[in-house]
Amino acid sequence: MDELSCKQVVELVTAYLEDVLSTEDRRRFDAHLAGCPFCTVYLEQMRQTIAALGHLPEASISADALRELREAFRRT
Amino acid sequence: MADSGASEAELVAALKRRDESAFTDVVTTYHPALLRLAMVYCPSRAVAEEIVQEAWLGVISGIDRFECRSTFKTWLFRILVNRAQTRAEREGRTIPFSELTREAEEMGPPAVSPDRFVPANHPQYPQWVDHWMVPPHSWGGSPEESVASHETMALIQSAIEALPPGQRQVITLRDVQGWSSEEVCNVLEISETNQRVLLHRARSRVRAALELHFDRE
Repeated sequence: MDELSCKQVVELVTAYLEDVLSTEDRRRFDAHLAGCPFCTVYLEQMRQTIAALGHLPEASISADALRELREAFRRT
Repeated sequence: MADSGASEAELVAALKRRDESAFTDVVTTYHPALLRLAMVYCPSRAVAEEIVQEAWLGVISGIDRFECRSTFKTWLFRILVNRAQTRAEREGRTIPFSELTREAEEMGPPAVSPDRFVPANHPQYPQWVDHWMVPPHSWGGSPEESVASHETMALIQSAIEALPPGQRQVITLRDVQGWSSEEVCNVLEISETNQRVLLHRARSRVRAALELHFDRE
C-alpha cells in the first residue's frame, strides 16, 4: 500500500480524531506521523484548536428572561 | 452535561409534575447552546434570545405530550431549530435542511492551501510531491496557555461567524458545546458522513485562522 502524503494527511485528520478510519488507513496515518514532524505539529494544532473551541465564553440567561419562563412554567 | 446525571426519564417526570427547580436547572444548562445555535439563524442577539424564549415556551406547552421517543435534548433543540427557521424565513433568510446536505456534498476548499505543499514536477524535490513545503510551526505550550487568551477567543469567535451555516452549526454543537456526533446528526438531521465533512472543514478553517494569528506574533 502506498504511503500517505502530507496533503492527504491534513484531509484525513478529522476522520483520524473521530476514529473512523479503517484499520489499514489508521496504520498508514500513524506510520506517516511517526516519520513526519510537520504533520505531527499539524495534528497537535488541530487538537489545540478543538480544545480552544471548548473554552469560548458562555452567555448565561438574563434574570428577567428566567423569571418570565418560571412564571410561564408555573401557570401551565 | 445535564443528561448524564439524573436520568432523562426522571427529568421529564419532574418537568411534567411542574418541579420548578428541575425546570430552572434545565433552562440554565441549555441556555448557552440554544443561544449559540439560534444565532446561526438570526445574527441579532436580541432576536436570538427571543427565539430561545419561544422554544422554552414550546417546551412548557408540549411537555405533557412528550413521550421520550427521542431524548429530551434532541426534542428541545429540534423545537429551537424549527422556531429559528420560521423566524428566519419570515425575515427573508432561510437555512433549509437540504441546504446542510448540499453544503456538505459540494466540493469544499482544501484543509490547507495547496501552495503549501510541493507541487507536481518540482525540479528540486520531485520525490517530495504533496509533502509540506511551507510547514506549520508549533504554537508551543498547552492549549490553555497558548490558545485560551481573550484575544484568541475573540479571533475564534469571528472565525466561526465567518463559516457557512452548516459548518457553523456543526462546530458549535460538537466542539463549542461538546456534543457527540450522534446528537448533532439527530438535531440537524444530517448523516454521520456529512456531519464529519462539515466538522472537518470548519475545524480546518478555524485552525488556519489561529495559525495566521500565531505566525504574525
